[in-house]
Amino acid sequence: MPAVTETIETVQAVTDSTYKWGFETDIEMEFAPKGLSEDIVRFISAKKEEPAWLLEWRLRAFAAWQKMEEPRWPSVKYPPIDYQDAYYYAAPKQKVGPKSLDEVDPELLRTYAKLGIPLREQAILAGVEGAGESPAEGRMPIAIDAVFDSVSVATTFKDRLAKDGIIFCPISEAVKTHPELVRKYLGSVVPQGDNFFAALNSAVFTDGSFVYIPKGVRCPMELSTYFRINAKSTGQFERTLVIADAGSHVSYLEGCTAPMRDENQLHAAVVELVAMDDATIKYSTVQNWYPGDAEGKGGIYNFVTKRGACRGARSKISWTQVETGSAITWKYPSCILQGEDSVGEFYSVAITNNYQQADTGTKMFHIGPRTKSTIISKGISAGHGQNTYRGLVRIGAKATGARNFTQCDSLLIGDLCGAHTVPYIENRCMTAKVEHEATTSRIAEDQLFYCRQRGLSQEDAVGLIVNGFCREVLKELPMEFAVEAQKLLQISLEGSVG
Amino acid sequence: MLEIKGLTAEVDGKPILKGVDLIVPQGEVHAIMGPNGSGKSTLAYVLSGRDGYEVTGGTALLHGQDLLAMEPEERAAAGVFLAFQYPVELPGVGNATFLRTALNAIRRAKGESEFDAMQFLKLARERMKALSMNDEMLKRGVNVGFSGGEKKRNEILQMALLQPKLAILDETDSGLDIDALKIVADGVNAMRGPDFSALVITHYQRLLDYIVPDRVHVLMGGRIVRSGGPELAKELEAQGYGAIQAAA
Ligand SMILES: Nc1ncnc2c1ncn2[C@@H]1O[C@H](COP(=O)(O)OP(=O)(O)O)[C@@H](O)[C@H]1O
Ligand SMILES: [Mg+2]
Repeated sequence: MPAVTETIETVQAVTDSTYKWGFETDIEMEFAPKGLSEDIVRFISAKKEEPAWLLEWRLRAFAAWQKMEEPRWPSVKYPPIDYQDAYYYAAPKQKVGPKSLDEVDPELLRTYAKLGIPLREQAILAGVEGAGESPAEGRMPIAIDAVFDSVSVATTFKDRLAKDGIIFCPISEAVKTHPELVRKYLGSVVPQGDNFFAALNSAVFTDGSFVYIPKGVRCPMELSTYFRINAKSTGQFERTLVIADAGSHVSYLEGCTAPMRDENQLHAAVVELVAMDDATIKYSTVQNWYPGDAEGKGGIYNFVTKRGACRGARSKISWTQVETGSAITWKYPSCILQGEDSVGEFYSVAITNNYQQADTGTKMFHIGPRTKSTIISKGISAGHGQNTYRGLVRIGAKATGARNFTQCDSLLIGDLCGAHTVPYIENRCMTAKVEHEATTSRIAEDQLFYCRQRGLSQEDAVGLIVNGFCREVLKELPMEFAVEAQKLLQISLEGSVG
Repeated sequence: MLEIKGLTAEVDGKPILKGVDLIVPQGEVHAIMGPNGSGKSTLAYVLSGRDGYEVTGGTALLHGQDLLAMEPEERAAAGVFLAFQYPVELPGVGNATFLRTALNAIRRAKGESEFDAMQFLKLARERMKALSMNDEMLKRGVNVGFSGGEKKRNEILQMALLQPKLAILDETDSGLDIDALKIVADGVNAMRGPDFSALVITHYQRLLDYIVPDRVHVLMGGRIVRSGGPELAKELEAQGYGAIQAAA
């Protein structure tokens, strides 16, 4: 409830420039030479002091990528990308792997403070104590891994988490400290040659987070990675790997922003999740990459592969995403429901305003018996935005008693935008049940007038109605993120009505 | 005080209001009666600024302020409240969220401090109790799945929270049983005072037994054709609008 008022306050605070994360940090950077080649792959691997097996792994991916073609099937349009005209490695010049927060470049700390990302553990802890009067609304500490262009610059609460045996660190560090885990699981859900962008990522990935939750452990705080693209003409290729061992539980959040630039920048991430018996992974994303300006100039190309494997019986993977940014979004967080009685969920809000394009959805692969999946997708199109839900529900012959429920709702604001729903259903099992519902609606004039008659401005009214439309998804987000997401929805729609 | 002079308005190019003259002095409650399609709702929408209801002439002042020059939300902030004939559903928007957002928007526009969640809940519960409403209604989506009577009571709750200077009640009584009607009437009567005036649009004399108006006006063919005291409503009830039409 307070979120809506905060939304309104935020919008009022943001008057001239709507994308307030668009600033650039002036910091000395180290780059790889421009372009992509085997040498660049070797350069990145050497920079990260990687073992030989990982270099070979990358080179295999690079070889695969060279033979692949960029996918053309998504409903998105963009000029050809010149993969030789970008930097594949950009890192702030600082001591490699700062041991503590005190060693982190103050300019970086300032950047994250400006973004509202607390990298000071004490500060957050103090917040917890301060919230004593109303414990229900007290702020949980959040452990954060901050990735700046190609490298992780800080990870908080590592020591606290280590007490429970939880590993939370940059993946480049995990390669060194826990090579057996990384080697076992890297590429086990998204193989190197899975698709064009996953192959590219596998060849040149630079950093991202690594999470391992041991058997039976309930992670005591939210884990979060915050991605920031800062350098010009640079792609960001992060790799995230989350492993929840039997009976464990983790909630992981991902946020991202980038400076406002005329050029398009490529972000091609891979996220792999593995859940063993009775484990639960909740993975939430608030995607707020720079969307480009009102004329469609600039913005991030967000071409991402996210997939989770429910390997164990009764395991559960839940994806929640709020996609407000990027010039183009291409992503289908998916679940492989292998373990019997495993559960996959996908809750999505995708918003396209101005000239943004989104082709997003999910894939649910039902393999084990009695596997269950739920898909709730809310697409909002405004301006010239184009929004496509693309989903696949595949039920294998052995998935007896499998269930899927899919609901796709589209909301149109204005006459120039578009919404499309492309659901694929492949069912090879007689006893499985698949349900699909879809609606398309507009914000009605009487709803706007009703709100305005009660004193709300046109934009606040739109924000309120859109937040209501997305409620089923927003309520899946952890509290802290839900507030942020509501603000973003409203800011993303500024200028879309009236 | 509400002063309407020579107000004309059209919808889809079709003239509906054809010169409405009406004065509601501060602190008074006036009833507007008239047959279906006579323009009662149109008058309500014109006063509250709905798109598509185009004013072609005349003036409407509230305490000297030119209502017709303002956006709907500015009129709301100036104290105009419309209880809708057909309250609108806002799926997924919690009633409490909506009420608090509205209350704070109006308080902000008046330069008053905003209510936090706790303050709001306290106030809302108080008002609901006075209106014999269950506060379970706060948790539901705005008007979603409400019965006709609940929707109307929700309108009265909003009025009680927003404390308008001028309330326009558009057939708030239609579809209400006698108990609900009394609750609505009590809600309006509780607001009566020197700083509150109301235009009660109704079809039936019944409501006026509970909200006794200072004046009754008959709107027909887009004009006020007759005005009188509370007894005029009884006369209409007995003789119908036909007699007035014949006389007018
Ligand atoms: N949105 C609209 N579009 C077209 N005609 C309308 C609209 N609203 C009202 N009218 C017409 O205006 C006239 C007055 O309607 P209204 O103000 O609703 O009457 P009342 O509330 O007194 O029953 C009617 O003839 C009605 O058909
Ligand atoms: Mg009417």
